[in-house]
Formats: sequence, C-alpha cells, structure tokens
Amino acid sequence: MEALWLSLRLAACTAVILLLIGMPLAYWLAQTRWRGKFLAESVVALPLVLPPTVLGFYLLVAMGANGPIGKLWVALFGHTLAFTFFGLVVASVLYSLPFAVQPLVAAFESVDGRLLDAAAVLGAGRWRTFREIILPLSVPGVITAAVLSFSHTLGEFGVVLMVGGNMPGITRTVSIDIYDHVQSLEYGAANRMAIALLLISFAVLSTIYAVNRRVWSPWPVKRGE
Amino acid sequence: MQILSKMPLKEIFGKALLVILVASCLALTNFAQEKTLRVAAAADLQAALPETAKAFEAQTGTPVDIAYGSSGNFYAQIQNGAPLDVFFSADKEYPRKLEESGFVEPHSATIYGIGKIVLWMPANAQCSPERDRWLCLQDPNVKRIAIANPAHAPYGRAALAALQKAGIYDALKAKLVLGENVSQAAQFVQSGNAEAGIIAYSLALSPALQSGRRWIIPAELYPPIEQTVVVLKAAKEKHAAQEFVKFATQGAGREILAKYGFAPPPVR
Repeated sequence: MEALWLSLRLAACTAVILLLIGMPLAYWLAQTRWRGKFLAESVVALPLVLPPTVLGFYLLVAMGANGPIGKLWVALFGHTLAFTFFGLVVASVLYSLPFAVQPLVAAFESVDGRLLDAAAVLGAGRWRTFREIILPLSVPGVITAAVLSFSHTLGEFGVVLMVGGNMPGITRTVSIDIYDHVQSLEYGAANRMAIALLLISFAVLSTIYAVNRRVWSPWPVKRGE
Repeated sequence: MQILSKMPLKEIFGKALLVILVASCLALTNFAQEKTLRVAAAADLQAALPETAKAFEAQTGTPVDIAYGSSGNFYAQIQNGAPLDVFFSADKEYPRKLEESGFVEPHSATIYGIGKIVLWMPANAQCSPERDRWLCLQDPNVKRIAIANPAHAPYGRAALAALQKAGIYDALKAKLVLGENVSQAAQFVQSGNAEAGIIAYSLALSPALQSGRRWIIPAELYPPIEQTVVVLKAAKEKHAAQEFVKFATQGAGREILAKYGFAPPPVR
C-alpha cells in the first residue's frame, strides 16, 4: 500500500504543478497569433507520441552528475535529481504535459470572442479578463486537465523505471511494484495492487465523464461544431 | 457474385484494397528469419555474448538473436510459455526451478562460468575502490549506490549478500537504488546519477565501463554465482540450440567468456 500512496501523492503533485504551468501556457497558445504557433503545439504534444524510453533516456543523461541539470542540482542540493521523489515529479510533469495543456487550450479557445471584446471595451485588463471571464467559463476544461494529468501520472511506468531506481517509499510507484511482483511470480500480490489501481482509475475517469460529458477530448475540439 | 455485381466498381476496388492491406500486414509478421536461434541472456552477458554469437554464426551460419534482461524476468516469461531456444541465467536456481516444472530439455543444464561482482566507480571518483574498498561506500560524497534488484536479479542478490556479510548493509540501506537488472545498475553509475555501484565484473570489463575504477569483491562474501545455461523444451531449433550451448561453454566460446571475467566452472 506504500507504493499506492506514493503514486497518489506523485499524481496529485504533478496535477497541481501542471495546472500552474499549463494555464499560462494554454492561455498563450489559445491567444497567440504567432506564425510559429504550430511548433509550440507540436512540442507540447510530443510526450503523446514519444516512447517513455526517449524521455527517460534524456532525463537520465540530463540529471546525471555530468548533465546540465544534474550539475546545477548537485551544486545546489548535494545529490543528483534522479532517484528522488522530486525527480519523478519533474519527469511526470513533462510526461503528462499534453494531458493538461490540450484540454485547457480547448476550453480557453471555446470562450466566445465577443465576451472578450466586450471586456476590453469596458476597460478590463488581460489578467482581469482571464480571471473573471475566461477562467469561470473554462471550469470543465480545468477539471478535465487536472483529472487527466492525475490519472495519466498514476499509470506512468516506463519513465519511472528508467529514472526512479526503485526505492521503497520514494520512487517505487504502484506500477513498478506490480512489475516487481509479476517478475517474482507473486501473482496474488500483483493482482491486489492491479485491481486497486484499476478501480481507482475507473472511478476517476467515470467521475470526469459524468461531471463533464461533452467537454473531454484528447484533441482540442471547438465547442459548437 | 450477385452481391458483387451490384456494387460499383470503385467500391469493389476499395474493399479489395482493404483486404489486401490487412492480409499483407498480418503476413509480414511471418517474414521473420527462419532458423534463427532465440536466446535470452542475463544482463551481465551484454558485453561477452555478442562476441560468442558472432563467432558461432561465422562457424555454423546460424544467426543468433539475443535478448538481455534480468534472469528473474526471463524465468517468469518462460514459465508463461515464451518461445525461446536457450536461456543463459545468471544463477543456477532459475534453471533448476524451470527444470522442475518441465520447461527444460533434460540434462542440458551447463554451468558456463562463475560470475564475480565488483565495486565500480567512475574514473573521476574521489575515492579509490581498489584501495579503500568498502570505505568508499561510506564516503559522504557517495549518495547513491546502484545494485540490481535482488527480487529478480541474481547479481542483485549477490551484492546484497556481500553488503550484509561485510556488515554495512544497515548503514547503507538508504543509499541503495535498484536497477531493473545489473546492466541498468551499471548504467545508473556510468551516467553519473549514482556515485557507486556493485555490478558484474563482466560488465566492468566492457568497453563503456573499462575506464572506471573497480575492486573485485572477495568471493567468500557472497554465495557463488554459478551461471547456468539451459536448452528449453519449447526450442524450435533444438539441435542448433545444443550446438550453441556447446560452442559457448567449450573451446573458443569458453575463451570469450574467460576474457570477460567469467571463471571456469568447477570440474566435476
């Protein structure tokens, strides 16, 4: 159960951080008229198509004592970033980025432009417009982003296997724990953890579908089409 | 034909194309080379076995496909019917258990070498394992020590046993990070994410790790790693499989293994 608790903590931290990073990023993506926008969109979507090994490999190299991030990290904290809980959070934020950003972009883009024009005419600044018009109208999208990044992180395996180091209570997440049980032919223990994960994931997803029926889509879809 | 005649030509053509597409991608899976030996090998053989396989292919013309991983991993896969010809385990327990449950060709089990473990640190390490030995692990600069996962990797079990026998396990427990197999443990240290590792001697001799510093851990600190190879009952190329085992454990193959630090098996 230690592993399950760890995974839930990791998923929650990742979801919170992703909302904090994702909102400004999604706002910018939804508003910008920059010609290179498609490049930014591609970068955000990359974790959807890249195998976890690519992410894991580069993270390991970057976080190692000779890597750019690793050097800085060791200088600051005296140990490397790999094999720590925070290292997993960093990996998960990258890994689940599109699952937070894409629903947010879809939600922000679907806000009626006339409302934004009206707000501008009435003298509201960007921040106020975002806080009082865009955000309240995007609540379903925000919930979707949070839940999807939470549940996607809960199911993360490959990246954790590559940069986690399997430390009990620190980086041994539930997916790694299940893997270890299967390797050791402890099918009973594997089954208990797997069922717990399955039920949690199902509960989370059905909640989001129930609350939020027409909004969710893996790709940004404009409402009313 | 009646149904066909009612369809516009375009639609028939489209359907035929779809059928051909589906059929061809299913067929492609069968294009894999015939008479290839499928070998599963413990990760500590990653440096040595490719050389053996190359020499074997040159001599017999039979190509060898090798997958590397933890022995426990392959053990579980074979128990569940993995289509493999030969299994090089990093211990003798997994092959013995497989034999008990009837997955192994009788009398095919052969010890191909006695594995050794080393304390390995990168060349730029501040500590010198060949001189300071275990003291290096107690050095405060060493924050992480990588070993293979003892739950399913024999080299991980040997590392654990040595740490316990040396009486430093409890003090170092919190520093241990576990690789999925001994290769990953080595890679954790080589990439600079861990400062030290207890890995297979054979890996320490591989080109990527050769430059590092190492101390061969005394054999009396851990149970002997009697690495055993078996031909599996599921083998499609049984004869070639037996030939390969013979090649790897005798003559030229034996020399390759010796070069990578595998001590010859005890004479019975």
